[in-house]
Amino acid sequence: MSLKEKDYMPREELQSLQLKRLKETVERAYHLVPFYRKKFDEAGIKPSDVKSLEDLKRLPFTTKQDLRDNYPFGLFAVPLEQVVRIHSSSGTTGKPTVVGYTRHDLSVWTEVMVRTYLMADVNEKDIVHNAYGYGLFTGGLGFHYGAEAIGASVVPASGGFTKRQLMLMKDFGATVLCCTPSFALHLAEVAKEEGYNLKEDFRLRAGFFGAEPASKALKETVAEEWGIQYVEAYGLSEIIGPGVAASCKHGNLHVFEDHFIPEVIDPETGEVLPDGEEGELVLTTLTKQALPMIRYRTKDITVIHREPCPCGRTILYIESIKGRADDMLIVNGVNVFPSQVEHVIAKVEGVTPNYVIVVDKKGVLDKLEVWVEVDESILKDGVGTLERLQRKLEEELLNNLYINAKVKLVEPKTLERSMGKAKRIVDRRQLEGGR
Amino acid sequence: MRGKFAVKQISVFLENRRGRLADVARALSEAEVNIRALFLADSSEFGILRLVVNNPEKARAVLSAEGFAASETDVFAVEVEDRPGGFYKVVKTLSENGIDVEYTYAFAGASNRAILFFKVPDSEFDRALELLSNEGHKLVEAAEFYT
Repeated sequence: MSLKEKDYMPREELQSLQLKRLKETVERAYHLVPFYRKKFDEAGIKPSDVKSLEDLKRLPFTTKQDLRDNYPFGLFAVPLEQVVRIHSSSGTTGKPTVVGYTRHDLSVWTEVMVRTYLMADVNEKDIVHNAYGYGLFTGGLGFHYGAEAIGASVVPASGGFTKRQLMLMKDFGATVLCCTPSFALHLAEVAKEEGYNLKEDFRLRAGFFGAEPASKALKETVAEEWGIQYVEAYGLSEIIGPGVAASCKHGNLHVFEDHFIPEVIDPETGEVLPDGEEGELVLTTLTKQALPMIRYRTKDITVIHREPCPCGRTILYIESIKGRADDMLIVNGVNVFPSQVEHVIAKVEGVTPNYVIVVDKKGVLDKLEVWVEVDESILKDGVGTLERLQRKLEEELLNNLYINAKVKLVEPKTLERSMGKAKRIVDRRQLEGGR
Repeated sequence: MRGKFAVKQISVFLENRRGRLADVARALSEAEVNIRALFLADSSEFGILRLVVNNPEKARAVLSAEGFAASETDVFAVEVEDRPGGFYKVVKTLSENGIDVEYTYAFAGASNRAILFFKVPDSEFDRALELLSNEGHKLVEAAEFYT
């Protein structure tokens, strides 16, 4: 079977493969990782209880905290001799989470990355400019080895040095760009400042964007500015890195189900939700040796769809990640995702897509401010136009998100420019011990 | 007429923060750009500074490089006598012909004359120039502000 055909397997065949692999994974986890054995025993479940895919929902969850508690290698199911690569999160909010790969795991990773690239038919003629950070972060090397396996020419640009990156993209004739969506936008902005014509000076035809949630509007802006097919690449290092899911030409984010089983649960109760309902994505790995993950809670909010996709793939798809449960703000009882704010801003003319959400306490109530950079184009008119723009944004936020936000217009480039993941939220409530 | 009389005005967005106005002035001063006229419109949180300078391209480049949002807008200048009624005559012509003034500012120079700057809707720019010229008002060529 060619790699691409794996996306088109008949469902029955796929499900029997999933069940076989799930049983193997559960057996291995139970017998090789004390953490899993303890959890299963506490829940009164034996590996032999897994008889169908339906039984998955009886298994206990695994969380990021479990990875931290077993720092660094406690959840590994193989001896270190068999581990050939170790990646780690930045650990900005505590101990980092550490993930390991056997040689087999790396080949699985490469396979799913190749299948990601095939969403835009990337081939050996392509020049892939990879601006994901190389290093402990899985983005850089994940996209690198996938492109190399296809036989494309990879430019391992890594992050930073925006102007030099643009020069290389132009001079080398890059046809494919890999980076975060906010960096793709940043590249476009700087290119325009530097006097480049995005569509004439560059040969880009597709981009693979991930590692942070992006609104529909941001995706459209990136796709239009660069004139490219926008492929959303979804993944997380705990599962494998990028390569868990990728969007086809119809924009549906297909999960590589022969390697990962997705479920959507109610984050409060842990109950599995029916297809079509929004909740937290939970993933189980089926082929990982070094770090099998059983029902890992991703904290990402999405919806599962099993209806047929026009692209013909039989693997199911999820909706574009709406936000991390971690990023979700609760403002006076209303759930707010930064991507929703971004979507509103992107539709209004006169401001750039750069924004920061500032939440503070005012008495007992939460006070929300959205800071947006003004665009030069709007300065021709009077101050009244800017005031109307402010009010319009406030109205749109109220109508779309049901939140009372105060919009503050700020000078360009005052908001922290993202070279990697964008920082969109400043929550000052915790600082004052508000909650 | 537009080519001759359209004065390139620079608009700069300023947050109401201490020192921002000084930052603009310093940047222009260091670049040896001379300010010929200025006008600051403000709300409680931000302002727009309008500048007529001797070298608009340079001013804009310098301000953009310093991270300001700066754009160029066409305005026109009319010279009037520096005495009661001077301003009225010009505004009357515009008003009677249904041309809205979006904003205006002025400076009284030497030798008993004053210069008025007008921003009108872009679609009315040429008509405004024709009207004023036909009614005998003295339009000032843009080149007079530049060096």
